[in-house]
Amino acid sequence: MSFGPHLFLALLEGTVTAFVLALTALGLSLVFGVMRVVNVAHGEFFMLGAVLAWAVSSLIPASPALGFLLALIASPLAVGAVALLADRLVLRRLNYAPEATIVATIGLLYILQQLVLTFYGPYARPVTAPISFRVQFPWFGYSGYKLVVIAAAAALLAATWYLLMRTRIGLVMRATQYDRETAQAFGIPVERVYSGIFALGAMLAATAGVLIVPIQQAHYLMGLDPLLLSFITVIIGGLGSLRGTLVAAFVIGISDGVISVFFSPTLAKIIATLFVALVLVFRPSGLFGSARA
Amino acid sequence: MHTGTRRALLLHLAVLAGLFALQFVLPDYHHRNLARILVLASYAAGYNLLLGYTGLLSLGHAMLFAAGLYGAGLAVQLLGVNAASGFAIGVLSGLALAVAVGLVALRTSGVAFMIVTLMFSQAAFLTTLYFAAFTRGDEGFVLPEASRQYQIGSFFFDLSDPGTRYNFALLLFAACLMATFVLVRSPIGRVLVAIRENEQRTTMLGYHTFRYKLLALAASGAISGAAGAAYALLFSYVGSTFASIQYSILPLLWVLLGGVGTTLGPLIGTVLMFYLVDVISGYTSAYLLLVGVALVLLVLVFPKGILGTVRAKAAPWLP
Repeated sequence: MSFGPHLFLALLEGTVTAFVLALTALGLSLVFGVMRVVNVAHGEFFMLGAVLAWAVSSLIPASPALGFLLALIASPLAVGAVALLADRLVLRRLNYAPEATIVATIGLLYILQQLVLTFYGPYARPVTAPISFRVQFPWFGYSGYKLVVIAAAAALLAATWYLLMRTRIGLVMRATQYDRETAQAFGIPVERVYSGIFALGAMLAATAGVLIVPIQQAHYLMGLDPLLLSFITVIIGGLGSLRGTLVAAFVIGISDGVISVFFSPTLAKIIATLFVALVLVFRPSGLFGSARA
Repeated sequence: MHTGTRRALLLHLAVLAGLFALQFVLPDYHHRNLARILVLASYAAGYNLLLGYTGLLSLGHAMLFAAGLYGAGLAVQLLGVNAASGFAIGVLSGLALAVAVGLVALRTSGVAFMIVTLMFSQAAFLTTLYFAAFTRGDEGFVLPEASRQYQIGSFFFDLSDPGTRYNFALLLFAACLMATFVLVRSPIGRVLVAIRENEQRTTMLGYHTFRYKLLALAASGAISGAAGAAYALLFSYVGSTFASIQYSILPLLWVLLGGVGTTLGPLIGTVLMFYLVDVISGYTSAYLLLVGVALVLLVLVFPKGILGTVRAKAAPWLP
């Protein structure tokens, strides 16, 4: 295969990564933006979504498509419930103090990871894709399911945008983000908004996990990479800036696809990590974000 | 001498004497464990200097521990230096890395500082994997037997001998404990505590807080590096696990459990956690579950830790 088609393949792979990353990172960014909570357990919600998708779809072995659809609904709901529980039992009691919540979510990360290891085991299990056609390009065939992932993620991103920008719930959420105390003074139930945001963020990550599991197998350690990539995305995009997060997700997702086709992944990760740390130090509002972090 | 200070000094010396005496009564298994705990508690003491007395929460101390570990281990393995020089190189590596990271990371504070240190540490971890030709990555390497034997004058040390190993570990811990004790009682230590309590006010009083924070990070890095170097030399294994994020979280856990900002807290936290994990491991391999639950419970219901609570309730003179 010559360079042109190779690059095209890399770009396609990158686009899939970018859309899945955008979903995951949007969840992290929402939680940070509204609640000022850095959720280190975010990747575990992604992993939990994938593992539950396997569990749900294996209930209906006869029809993979039906099983997958059921997983796409049930798994994020279950993960949202877990997040709600974590918010009520832990985060709220810490009064959302930034440093204490980071330590607590690190604890949550270990708890979720080890519970999955205990009950699900150390296996990497695939879920059958709901559709199996291949798109035939002149140079190579490409999995049709990956195009479905792009479409589904794009639809979900649009729905989330609509929820935030065009509905009353979204207005309340944005008001809370803008000024918590004034929002409370106007009768907005800030604590309930926080719970809702935390669950919504977790559900976005879980949905990304469900979408990815026919491409990448479900495994109890699979949450670490999306966590790191989401962190990078949210920081480059500017902490708390949703538009910045989306722009950064596309830049990072596509360059990650291109880089991992052409370069050594470990070196690329080292450089990316150092670069992100420096961005956070010298440009805390991100490369694409607005000045107001 | 102030009575509180004298009482505290006596307590510290009594603890060290007790630890020295323990080696004659402990059975082999616990004797070996305690040597390891003393090295890890030194690491925790270094971590506590930053978190407990300066108020900086780092999520990347594994890179400093690993700097000592690899500094000593690679120098001994590849350059063939003796154990004492290896130790010195390890301490200097921890110190140098801490200063380099501090110059950049200390421009941030709070949550950003936590994430920046986490990122730097992750980069350091990946670096140990990338140079697998020297470090052998995850698999790690074992130091040669000969490098752990050392002659000073007519004294001959063999670090693989359990007794020698225990006493070197105790020596390291005693040095770290007394260094932190002296430091936090000194004028510099008072400024560090002032920064922890209210950085803006400390700046307003005329202190250059950046320099003090850098100093605290450098001291913390040197102690962490010393612990890492001692770990490599005493237990003769060097591997990239020690650079992974888990080894940044563990000292945080030990310090939180024992009591943030207490000199003896790191020791108590390390001993308790080590044996809790040891007992749990007999039943299940999922000991990280315990680590997770402990972290959540500590920040939720027991934020002062054991000695912090004792100090608040019964013994306000504890340093």
